[in-house]
Amino acid sequence: MTEQRKYDITIGIECHVQLKTKTKLFSEVDNDARGKEPNSCVSPIDYALPGMLPRLNGEAVKLAIRAGAAMNARINPKSRFDRKHYFYPDSPKGYQITQFYHPIVGEGYIELPSGKKIRIEHAHLEGDAGKLTHFDTYSLVDLNRVDTPLLEIVSMPDISSPEEARDYCKELWRNMVYAGVTNGDLYNGNMRFDVNISLKKPGDKKLGTRAEIKNLNSFRSIERAATYEYERQSKLLDKGDKVVQETRGWSDATGVTTGQRSKEEAQDYRYMPEPDLPPLNLTEDFIKAEYDKCPPLPADYRARFSDVIPADTLEILLDYPELVNRLSEISDAKQPVDYVANLFTSVLLAEENQSLLNDALPSAKQLIELSAMKNKNELSSTSAKEVFIKLFEPKHSGKSSRDLAKELNLIQENDSGALEAIVDEVLSKPETAKAQADYKAGQEKVLGFLVGQVMKESRGKANPSAVSEILKKKLK
Amino acid sequence: MKLANSSTTAVSLVEASLKRIEETKDWHIFTFVDKESALKKAKEIDAKIKNGEPVGRLAGVPYALKANFLSKNRPADASARILTEFISPINATVVEKLDQEDAICVGCANMDAFAHGSSTENSYYGPTKNSVDKTRVAGGSSGGSAVAVALDCVQFATGSDTGGSIRQPAAFNGVYGIKPTYGATSRYGVVAMGSSFDCIGFIAKTAPDLDLLMSIAAGQDPKDQTTLPDFYGTSDTKLGKKAVGYIKEFMDSSALDPEIKSALESKISILKAKGYNVVELSMPALEYALPTYYIIQPAEVASNLSRYDGIRYGFRTKELNSSGKNSLDLLYEDTRDEGFMRENKRRIMIGNFVLSSGFYDAYFLKAAKARTLIINEFNKAFEQVDAILSPVSPNPAFKIGEKVNDPVSMYLEDVMSVTANLAGLPAVAFPTGTSKAGLPLGLQLMGPRRSDKNLINLAKEIAS
Repeated sequence: MTEQRKYDITIGIECHVQLKTKTKLFSEVDNDARGKEPNSCVSPIDYALPGMLPRLNGEAVKLAIRAGAAMNARINPKSRFDRKHYFYPDSPKGYQITQFYHPIVGEGYIELPSGKKIRIEHAHLEGDAGKLTHFDTYSLVDLNRVDTPLLEIVSMPDISSPEEARDYCKELWRNMVYAGVTNGDLYNGNMRFDVNISLKKPGDKKLGTRAEIKNLNSFRSIERAATYEYERQSKLLDKGDKVVQETRGWSDATGVTTGQRSKEEAQDYRYMPEPDLPPLNLTEDFIKAEYDKCPPLPADYRARFSDVIPADTLEILLDYPELVNRLSEISDAKQPVDYVANLFTSVLLAEENQSLLNDALPSAKQLIELSAMKNKNELSSTSAKEVFIKLFEPKHSGKSSRDLAKELNLIQENDSGALEAIVDEVLSKPETAKAQADYKAGQEKVLGFLVGQVMKESRGKANPSAVSEILKKKLK
Repeated sequence: MKLANSSTTAVSLVEASLKRIEETKDWHIFTFVDKESALKKAKEIDAKIKNGEPVGRLAGVPYALKANFLSKNRPADASARILTEFISPINATVVEKLDQEDAICVGCANMDAFAHGSSTENSYYGPTKNSVDKTRVAGGSSGGSAVAVALDCVQFATGSDTGGSIRQPAAFNGVYGIKPTYGATSRYGVVAMGSSFDCIGFIAKTAPDLDLLMSIAAGQDPKDQTTLPDFYGTSDTKLGKKAVGYIKEFMDSSALDPEIKSALESKISILKAKGYNVVELSMPALEYALPTYYIIQPAEVASNLSRYDGIRYGFRTKELNSSGKNSLDLLYEDTRDEGFMRENKRRIMIGNFVLSSGFYDAYFLKAAKARTLIINEFNKAFEQVDAILSPVSPNPAFKIGEKVNDPVSMYLEDVMSVTANLAGLPAVAFPTGTSKAGLPLGLQLMGPRRSDKNLINLAKEIAS
């Protein structure tokens, strides 16, 4: 955010989070339709046969409370459902059941890594819609996603740049994933963001007219779309034109937003209290019990690891809850985490190794042992990395790191007696004679050559710094 | 209504029922007769009895299902064209319970399409005629159910009551009907009309029959989260105050037929003679009952009928007639235009109007507040009395065609019955003789929530 912008940006974000309940929000069919046939996870209720009534899934209520905890939010003991009407084949009932008037989650906030707090206005439970696929002369309807539980999280317009919009979405995503309320698979639409953005002249009190960019599902597209929208709106304002209040769509391919529906064309959803579901009354005890079940969040890990892991490394790791979880296990066992954190960022997350993320992560025990061997110089840095990568192979699962290192013949020779013997062997070779003479004559850089020769002789197992010390002593 | 100890068989009961259905064809009672499956089930029950196996409390009893109940492999079209091609894959909870007691469904009874109406004239299949006068209406919306019982086609019939749909046809045909406390019986599997009013009940020949049916049907259902924990079997059958009220505003109404008024007065004398304290209640808030009902109910109707779009099941327009719009909008418009009756469309329009942005506060919200006032007024009344005696409707059965083109006068039919639905109260309609012209007259008893059993007993005590 180095450049100075001509207009102030005001952004508010609505985020739809798919909750990872076992069954759907209002029926008892499987909520996880991944890899299943279209229309195979649909109950008569989801299909909206005549006479069907919704049955509220208690697990979704619990996850909503936990999500509330992850947003530092107040939970409303009384909430209620409403019907939001629209006609489209993705909505079998002809309405969506949502909490328009009385949401379950009240005010809260998300604290960004920068320390800025973005306030949450509220969050409410609702059912997702089905999916349509359009072809030239027909469309196909898949109702598997109908009434997957969603928590819609509505922020206050506290966000003031496209970068901050990205940071907010990312931090919200992290919090929801750490809280365990969603699978958080953005590619498959587990979290979808609507970005409301308006511009005003610095100093103006009144907010400008906003446009809403719908259905963004990557942090990069959020930042790009908001940046594009800033440019589009500022050009209009520069010319003295007005921004139209409308819904816009973003295309990653073209990098532009396009108008979809203006305020005048907006649908009248004819909200009505849902008569088929009694009001949801939650006791303080129930709320507290669920609130307390919220696992540690990114902020907790920042506090825990700030002394041992550099902040920028930690921010990278926080995108991978599984890695952070491993570090916690190591830390719980009172073992140092710094080297393992380093392996994660410099080896595992290096582009050439990222495919390893699909494999089972080495256990805390394996990583603790690996880290200890490295710290005791039993493994060179290169060897430790090699062992680390090999630990991902299924055939090595459950094997101790020491056994694997032995198997790979990588354990470093630290025994000074043995090392001295190798050094003597190397120094007795005629091809090192010139280097020895040069070193003695004051050319210290040839020491590296000699160390290399010793390493070669030891087939990589000698500890180079120990070798260096012995050489220095012998050549004095 | 019990077969197990009697000399007859389930098959002969069903055969008699089917024969009677044939004889009464002119009344246009049934929209579907399930001859084969009824006889098959009767044979199974007779075999069970013969083998000394236990049978249910309604073993072999033939009954009619109002056409808006879902029952497996039978049509469940609510007498509406838009559902004509729909065969139900599941059973309503109440159907399931009747099935477990070995009752035998012989067919589906005609009704106003989607239960919109008070005469059964709004059926896609045409009107059902009154049991005593074929030129008059059966009442509605459960007209087929009431006439099926009155003409002995079946021993009982299911019904649904949103604003009087069980009680008014029961009264028009001289039989008993119960609209239970809201939530006493499950709505699961019954085509929804006005969800916050809809009650599933029965029409039968006697008060004890209603009692038996309620003891079977009532109870909490996990499939309907608005159902109440079971109270029917355990409810107190005593009338604590031994006091019955009547509503002054109803009694003084100029719309009230004098013969119904005098029937009510004679019941008051009977109550007094039996030692009941009879109290005149002034309930001015009931003036708002009908307008309140005809705002909230159409709103819920409009919402509940949104699912009938021709996409997934039921009737779909055969060809898209108009042009110039996208084909999806046309599919919706033509399907719904052809599939719904005039009265359905009227309520969809009223309902969407009162819910639309800018009108919600003025209509729907205001009506919701008026509903609360009405509930409070009933609560106050029940501090003084155990039950309220009232007409079901201002008039006995009217002529077919008389009101069908005058929706407001049709809505006025419901003026005295909707009160119980607005407040979620139980109400029992019972016969009380006939008018000079020979038309059945009926009255109703309304009581506090959960007093269903008391009302049935009291109706039995004071009926003719």
